[in-house]
Amino acid sequence: MFYSEAGQFSTRYAADRRLFRLRRDRLGLGLLLVFAFAVVPQIGNDYWFSAILTPFLVLSLAGLGLNLLTGYAGQLSLGSAAFMAAGAFATYNFQLRIEGLPLLASFALGGVVAALLSLVFGLPSLRIKGFYLIVSTLAAQFLVPWALVKYGWFSNYNASGVISAPRLDVLGLDLSSPAGRYLLTLGIVVALAFLARNIVRSELGRNWMAVRDMDTAAAVIGIPLARTKLLAFAISGFYLGVAGALWAFTYLGTVEPHGFDLNRSFQVLFIIIIGGMGSILGNFLGAAFIVLFPLLLSNLAGLLLGGLIDPGQLENIQKMIFGALIIVFLIREPEGLARLWQQFRARLRRWPLRY
Amino acid sequence: MDFFLEVLIGGLLAGVMYSLVAIGFVLIYKASGVFNFAQGAMVLFAALTFVSLGERGVPFWIAFLVTLGTMLLLALAVERLVLRPLVNRAPITLFMATLGLAYITEGAAQALWGAQVHGLDLGIEDVPLDLGGLLVSQFDLFAAGMAATLVLLLSVLFNKTRIGLSLRAVADDTLAAQAVGIRLSRIWVVVWAVAGLVALITGLLWGARLGVQFSLSLVVLKALPVLIIGGFSSVGGAIVGGLIVGASEKLAEIYAGPLIGSGIENWFPYVLAMLFLLARPTGLFGERSIDRV
Repeated sequence: MFYSEAGQFSTRYAADRRLFRLRRDRLGLGLLLVFAFAVVPQIGNDYWFSAILTPFLVLSLAGLGLNLLTGYAGQLSLGSAAFMAAGAFATYNFQLRIEGLPLLASFALGGVVAALLSLVFGLPSLRIKGFYLIVSTLAAQFLVPWALVKYGWFSNYNASGVISAPRLDVLGLDLSSPAGRYLLTLGIVVALAFLARNIVRSELGRNWMAVRDMDTAAAVIGIPLARTKLLAFAISGFYLGVAGALWAFTYLGTVEPHGFDLNRSFQVLFIIIIGGMGSILGNFLGAAFIVLFPLLLSNLAGLLLGGLIDPGQLENIQKMIFGALIIVFLIREPEGLARLWQQFRARLRRWPLRY
Repeated sequence: MDFFLEVLIGGLLAGVMYSLVAIGFVLIYKASGVFNFAQGAMVLFAALTFVSLGERGVPFWIAFLVTLGTMLLLALAVERLVLRPLVNRAPITLFMATLGLAYITEGAAQALWGAQVHGLDLGIEDVPLDLGGLLVSQFDLFAAGMAATLVLLLSVLFNKTRIGLSLRAVADDTLAAQAVGIRLSRIWVVVWAVAGLVALITGLLWGARLGVQFSLSLVVLKALPVLIIGGFSSVGGAIVGGLIVGASEKLAEIYAGPLIGSGIENWFPYVLAMLFLLARPTGLFGERSIDRV
């Protein structure tokens, strides 16, 4: 009944190549965007904006960055947080040192710096593959925060390496309120998600998937391995860099290098495992899960056990549940929440009829 | 010159400790092709269990055996609940499953035994010995001795026993091994249990050095570059890699540290491993893989 293709014919090639081919998809997405841009700022409160919605959006973007590299191009990375840190600190320095640089431009430049860094640490991927590549990304993970702490220049000689947000305004609009920061994040994330959705359908995206599935075979049919892999690293680095800058400036406000440690990298990796590798939608589902699940768990524990369990113990239990969930997802639904959504759609399509 | 030699020997002996962690990885990688990120969590779990039993008045050997039994149970559970349902999946999937396993094991260890730091005394004093003018830590020598014994035992197990023969067969060609009647599930349990034993010994040695606490599970990060340099599938490589990493890390900290800033120990091994990889993509002793399309 829903999502049925019946009656929707493509009469031109352009219609066949649209991002969302079904009318209901376009309508639903349009409504969702109108809701997110126009309605949510009216009905939401500060807690929702700054504790749930903004981190959800930023983590979705970070997941998107890693998903392009790991889910689409098949290059495993454990260094996502390092590139986020690079993006955040680069953005901070562009704002600080170049007078009058627009905020969005410095986000973009921060992303470019992260992309270049990611490119450098992606270079070994030309010669090594699989698990050996983890070392290169882990090298980034340890080297970048160390350099940020060690060399005071990056944090403008702050004693503990902390950087704080510049004034957030875009085209004269002051966006430093929680709702404003939410809108800024939302705008950037939506734009980049559309871009990503286009990239993965392009020749580049198809090359990535060929390399992921078997890079020797991809090389045999004439896909330029070096360019494809390095572009995956660079573009993923750009996304992660912008996500890091948003994490620092629209979500936290102030951040230190240790905020981008290995655990943050794992968090981003878990988002794409739970959400679904090789899917754009999956990042949003996975990020929502990662943000909401701990809240749900602690509320549930407070409600049911009423403070019987101390917070440290709760954290351990949360960790165990997360670990178990990862394994369950890998066994039961390796393609993550995105796949569950697809199955749900397929079911809606023939509802209320049955085969 | 004496100072240089002391640093070098200290580094080499510290490298032996890294090798211990790396051996646990190699065992599992050889027999099941799984890159087991949970090895560090297993080290933490084993050490915490052992220490907590000891603090409750359980004698040394009984605590050792009970912990070993627990690691065996863990191996059984991992085989049944994680490996068996994931058989024939991509290596990357199995790696991520061990990430989940690491979270479960770390959470369980701390939920059961608490998060405070436990002291562990193996009865070996950490006093420097004077060997012909060079000061060498007694504890490090003991650790090196333990590692050598362990490697000897493992090579006997691999080369002289029936189980070892099947382990090598599985590592060589899983399908062919199954075809001649080797039970894969049993092999996996054996390998994970042996890795558990290695984790326990590693945990005791590292725990005596650093105190038994959460940071033990981070030794896994020290072992990674060791593995890369030595190659994933060679026990000998793990030892050589550990020695290289230990020695170069200490020398770099002493001689390069003042030039670019201290605290380089954390990332230096990784950069070293990267350079090694650029020259030899499968490590010093790793097997070169051949891709067929």
